[in-house]
Amino acid sequence: MISFPVKKDDITIVLCGAAGQGVQTVEQLLTHLFKQTGYNLFSTKEYMSRVRGGSNSTELRVSSHKVQAYLDTIDLLFPLSREALDHVRRRISPGTIIIGEKEKLAPGGDDIPGIVDIPLSGLSQKIGGAIYSNIIIVGVIAALFNIDRKAIEEYLRDRFGKKGEQVVAKNIEAVDAGYEFGDGLTSSGTVSIELTRDAGVEDDIIINGGEAVGLGAIAGGCNFMSSYPMTPSTPVLTFLAQHSKEFGIIVEQAEDEIAAINMTLGAWYAGARGLVTTSGGGFALMAEGLSLAGIIESPMVIHLAQRPGPATGLPTRTEQGDLEFALYAGHGEFPRVLFAPGTLEDAFHLTRKAFAVADKYQVPVFVLTDQYFIDSYYNIPQLDISDGKIDRHIVETDTGYKRYAFSDSGISPRGIPGLGKGLVVVDSDEHDEEGHITENHDMRIRMMDKRLKKLDAVVNEAVPPELIGKKDASTVVICWGSTFPIVREAVERLSRNDMAVLYFKQVYPLHPGTGSFFKHARKRVIVENNATSQFGRLLKLHADIDITTRILKYDGLPFSVEELEKRLLEVI
Amino acid sequence: METNIFDSGVRDMAWCPGCGNFGIRNAIMKALTELGIEPRNLVMVSGIGQAAKMPHYLRCNTFNGLHGRALPPATGIKASNPGLTVIAESGDGDMYGEGGNHFMSTIRRNPDITNIVHDNMVYGLTKGQASPTSPRGFVTPVQVNGVILEPFNPLAVAVALDASFVARAFSGDMDKTVDILKKAITHKGYALVDILHPCVSFNKINTFAWFREHTYYLDDSHDFHDRNAAFTRATEKGRLPLGILYENPDKPTFEESLAVYQDSASPIIKRELNMEKLSELIDSKQ
Ligand SMILES: Cc1ncc(C[n+]2csc(CCOP(=O)(O)OP(=O)(O)O)c2C)c(N)n1
Ligand code: SF4
Repeated sequence: MISFPVKKDDITIVLCGAAGQGVQTVEQLLTHLFKQTGYNLFSTKEYMSRVRGGSNSTELRVSSHKVQAYLDTIDLLFPLSREALDHVRRRISPGTIIIGEKEKLAPGGDDIPGIVDIPLSGLSQKIGGAIYSNIIIVGVIAALFNIDRKAIEEYLRDRFGKKGEQVVAKNIEAVDAGYEFGDGLTSSGTVSIELTRDAGVEDDIIINGGEAVGLGAIAGGCNFMSSYPMTPSTPVLTFLAQHSKEFGIIVEQAEDEIAAINMTLGAWYAGARGLVTTSGGGFALMAEGLSLAGIIESPMVIHLAQRPGPATGLPTRTEQGDLEFALYAGHGEFPRVLFAPGTLEDAFHLTRKAFAVADKYQVPVFVLTDQYFIDSYYNIPQLDISDGKIDRHIVETDTGYKRYAFSDSGISPRGIPGLGKGLVVVDSDEHDEEGHITENHDMRIRMMDKRLKKLDAVVNEAVPPELIGKKDASTVVICWGSTFPIVREAVERLSRNDMAVLYFKQVYPLHPGTGSFFKHARKRVIVENNATSQFGRLLKLHADIDITTRILKYDGLPFSVEELEKRLLEVI
Repeated sequence: METNIFDSGVRDMAWCPGCGNFGIRNAIMKALTELGIEPRNLVMVSGIGQAAKMPHYLRCNTFNGLHGRALPPATGIKASNPGLTVIAESGDGDMYGEGGNHFMSTIRRNPDITNIVHDNMVYGLTKGQASPTSPRGFVTPVQVNGVILEPFNPLAVAVALDASFVARAFSGDMDKTVDILKKAITHKGYALVDILHPCVSFNKINTFAWFREHTYYLDDSHDFHDRNAAFTRATEKGRLPLGILYENPDKPTFEESLAVYQDSASPIIKRELNMEKLSELIDSKQ
């Protein structure tokens, strides 16, 4: 008899099937059920660029303590087909218990070590068809983790209630069938799981990266968004569209990314707070609009969710490959700010801050995320919005108002049309203080200097990197954006007190104190989800930091904690 | 002559002497004044080109953006503050060439803006290349053997897309152009005014005399609420019709269709973030 070792603090479940087999539904159901039951939860998915078929997988990490990173190890695997099983085969270890339909997974009768056979086809046929397989699995997992049956019922009613009592009843039947099977596994001692619950989870919220950015935008006073769908940036567009009426946000799907950014610049000009969300290819089309923001000194917020390029690359995969693109995009020279949140809390607060910084300094501000970040959920404490004030940097104009009046800081008071007696003139040509076209070379120099000077002010408000570990650690592991929680956990596992993690959440302009974090670090290891260490180059160029070792990954997948732990061991 | 409130007094205009753009400028100033519009409530949005310099020669709020991109910001401005009068103005290359996708999509979106296109059938600012409306056979330094593409027919395209207002004017006729502009600006919804005008520097074919000979004004026999009739007129060979070709007064505008304006007409820029609702939304993620 197979017996699953009891793990007390951290269990990874992986569900794998073809697109359209309902893996997504299971993820949503379980994410909430686990949290309600009092477990910490991290989940993430990887999927192919197709609507049906292929092999997609979702990982659910259930834990007694907070977990925020992707693990390779699979404790419990639910493959829905042979292809699905093969798809995750490299992650299967002797400790993995596979729960699936033997006949389907090994039609030739070959042996799959560690498999628990579940008659999914038979059970689902009895209920009404194969579509119930995924809900049966929810039942099995619920039984194994002792999730309250009532809670599941409630959740199903909530979710399927609109589709009628019949649908709800069928789904409950499916859960019951799974639950019974799971109970059998527990009582026979085949699988036994004892996971300590965490009372602290109850008040937490559970969101994913897309929602964190979306909530941050709302909190930042965003009331206009125009974008064009592109994976993995679309969840932010969807999120704001769903809350458009509630929060007075105009959300428009533009005809292309060029229209999206230009429309949003129009909105800022009129006094709105605008956001565009896009990915590399779409951002490429926005480059001229970005440059326009630079010269007309318009605030602008750009959420750039990265995926592997060049061109269409791997459309549904992850990469940190567009840092330099965001940094250098747009012709001409003008200031900009780049945030790269690594945690959901940071995504919320930095997106919110992006609006404040953009408005105050009249510059474009980026929020850089990626597919892994956007599609990952975990529980976090309630977001603090108590300092709810939004500072608008708009003035009422008077006659004789000059949009680009010279000032010491380079920032000119920004008026909007219709507010006050003045006229607001902005121009993509080089212009004079009033905003009218000029070809005067002295004026050109003064305007360039004025615009570039704003960067000095922005630097003073830069977010410093976050140090985890000792200040005098001889090895510093540097990361930015989404890799942070993975790096943190990998370094924690190594438990060496001469090692620290330095996490950059503002990647440009760098905080003026950046150099001080490297004083004692003889080894400077950088971890990046790209092929050429773009942030390493940025650190050299802007803070004269020499990187001693680079750990890079660019297969389209995120680092796993175990993989990174191993690679760190190799280099320290 | 009495100065118009929209006259900025600029004397150094970058247009060539004798260009039709001057006539268009006068017509616009006259139309706006007669409509009683205040400069502070008017936003002129333009792209890049000779025509697109117009806002700099007027007293008004101005968003002089990128080549081909006047319509998206105009839409964003109008939606954010529907109380403003918004006019998007540029040349035929800008609006129909570089900005062609926005032209189509803006018609479909139907924001309450006026779209004035200076149609000189040539690229002026870049010195004489073919534009989307250049006639076949038109010889330029680039189209050395003459244009071989079918000319773009903006009016036919607009009518095909059921644009809510479609008109054509001629810069040589001040009064009639003022009249058309006034109707376009007061029309609720997207209004296209394609203004034919001679480019004295780069178009030696479509001259003042040529336009006089090859145009005629629509009379009462044309029912501009009849889309098929409008399409027939728009695709006529030979002389080009001037006046209002088509109007569909029943189309809802983009702004009034937006969810945010269903329960409140207050412009989004005047609203405060509802922190309580945000708290509730965050709580709902528990
Ligand atoms: C992206 C981009 N491409 C090309 C240009 C160069 N350019 C400026 S105006 C223009 C065409 C102007 O023709 P039209 O729009 O008909 O206006 P006109 O000058 O005739 O009034 C071109 C190609 C530009 N400014 N931006
Ligand atoms: S180039 Fe042609 S259209 Fe442009 S200003 Fe000169 S004459 Fe007028």
